[in-house]
Amino acid sequence: MRTIDQTTQEVLTLASKHFQVPADSLAPDDDFFKKLGIDSLQALELLSRLENHFGIELPDYEVQGVSDFRTLASRIQSRL
Amino acid sequence: MLDLSKYQSIGAALKDALDQFASEVCLIESDREREKERLTYREFKLRAHPLARALQDAGFKANDRAAIIMTNQSKWLISAYAIFYCGGVLVPLDYKLTPEEQWQLLAHSNASVLITEYPIWRQLAASPSRTLATNPKTILVTEAPPNADLSGAKRWEEFRGNSEPAFIPRKRNDIATTVYSSGTGGRPKGCMMTHENYLEQCIGLTSIYPFAPGMRYLSILPTNHAIDFMVGFFGPFICGAAVVHLRTLRPEYVREAFPKYKITYVSLVPLVLKNLQKGLQARFEALPNGKRKVFNGLVAINKAFTKGQPRLGLSRLLLKQVHEAFGGELRAIIVGGAFTEPQILQFFYDLGIPVANGYGLTEAGTAITVNDLKPFRADTVGKPLPGMQVRIVNPDADGVGEVSVRSKTVMSGYLNEPELTAETIVDGWLMTGDLGRFDPTGHLQLFGRKKNMIVTEEGKNIYPEDIEAVFESLPVKEFCIFAANYIWPKRSMVGEQLLLVLHLEQGQTLTDDLRRDISARNSRLLNYKRVHGIVLFNEDFPRTASLKIKRNILAERLAQQDRASTVLPL
Repeated sequence: MRTIDQTTQEVLTLASKHFQVPADSLAPDDDFFKKLGIDSLQALELLSRLENHFGIELPDYEVQGVSDFRTLASRIQSRL
Repeated sequence: MLDLSKYQSIGAALKDALDQFASEVCLIESDREREKERLTYREFKLRAHPLARALQDAGFKANDRAAIIMTNQSKWLISAYAIFYCGGVLVPLDYKLTPEEQWQLLAHSNASVLITEYPIWRQLAASPSRTLATNPKTILVTEAPPNADLSGAKRWEEFRGNSEPAFIPRKRNDIATTVYSSGTGGRPKGCMMTHENYLEQCIGLTSIYPFAPGMRYLSILPTNHAIDFMVGFFGPFICGAAVVHLRTLRPEYVREAFPKYKITYVSLVPLVLKNLQKGLQARFEALPNGKRKVFNGLVAINKAFTKGQPRLGLSRLLLKQVHEAFGGELRAIIVGGAFTEPQILQFFYDLGIPVANGYGLTEAGTAITVNDLKPFRADTVGKPLPGMQVRIVNPDADGVGEVSVRSKTVMSGYLNEPELTAETIVDGWLMTGDLGRFDPTGHLQLFGRKKNMIVTEEGKNIYPEDIEAVFESLPVKEFCIFAANYIWPKRSMVGEQLLLVLHLEQGQTLTDDLRRDISARNSRLLNYKRVHGIVLFNEDFPRTASLKIKRNILAERLAQQDRASTVLPL
């Protein structure tokens, strides 16, 4: 079982790969809309990638209003 | 299709539709690969009537208000019908708002019933703002887990009456819904829409884009939005068509839904349409050179043959693969909620997929103009719908002035806001605050806004006053928020941004600490509501006797400064 820190790190790594930005440029408390300059649809694409990676289903309502990596990771962690 | 001119209310029309189209499929609900629900009109009625009865047993009566906060799903429409059946007033709220905003609107609307989904209720119930609204007496929650703590709510699935409900008739001028077009801050704008507003709008829209049994509408825009309520519920239902709901809106499942359910119509906001265009363009560009040439040739032939009007059969034949990706039955994409760039509209039309763009606002009863495709005009928002009188007030030398509308579809007013209503509806004409002009063929073209607001590509209306609360007690002398285009008018409806205007204390400077404070507050807003720049202003804000900021005068003063050098990045 992953720890929340591991999950957060994996979320950051996947986001950096998906949006092709340096991994060390992202931090857990970053607002991903602002930091990555993405819109809500691009955020949904990232969610699909995260679901595949972690082997879970994240209903849309679970991520409604979430905009930072740390909270996103905690929502994922609760479903692992 | 029912003859709506004979009906007095939404409830009466829907009631007859459920009987007339009893054996047709009305709802399909899908969650990823799984189809969760498929209901005929008869089955819909069997679900809705016990709910209506239970509402009546709980004391819900004519003119009482019932709010729905749900994602798009079958229970949304079943609940709405039950509310209309009881003669109630529906208050559809945006499920994407924060719990605090939702409680504010629940209090403002004075809803005695709230129907919501468990994940939303979990957040609402835990919110300290719950104390803002004590009016909802009956709270129904769908899909709650077996052992869930419902904190005073009841399970929607178990809230069933045992006898037939009594149908409560309403008159055309009675209020059917209170729809919040915006405003969760200082001044919520609850548009009171009458039954006539919806009946007349539906007659106009279906005369151009008709539904029929067997047709399927993919419901993606939130159903609380005026467009989806009309074309994703009332319109298809009174014609016996079906509505398809997806429980997840990930792009891959939306794409799959088109061929899987042979979608006839879909409504999208410009942002999604743009994304769709990007995806298609990337696929076309990835074609090998030879295939791409053939494809471009076919697009050119399609363009030539569809110049005057769409020819769906021919387009589907010429550009088979593209149309098959959309299920092969798509008649039009309806785009709304915000302005769409002409080149995006043209891109789809050239592929033989008409985009029904138009222009409207909740206050006008959804759509004012719609492109009738005779011929398609990407550079305009179409012609006024039947029954709409549209005029341009105070036109300048170019013919551009404020668009105003008179029609049976215009709302009766804003809830509890007689002054605001009087400012908005003048001598029976709705002043839209948008600037436009008619071209010689009667098509409306839009050229920016007169009002201090922005509309995002996701179709969200943002009024600066509504987000100022976040910056309250900011350590500056005074501040306010403006739509950039309100200060520096631009003849454009895209790329609109909000600016924070600061009047610093004597000797104060814009330090890094102050910037950090502003950024932190800005981050508390939903991403589409955030300000994008700072403007420093070194004079006292002009104010009224009651100390309200005279925004128009302040904007005029700010406009004397150069935009490019005045706006500081946040």
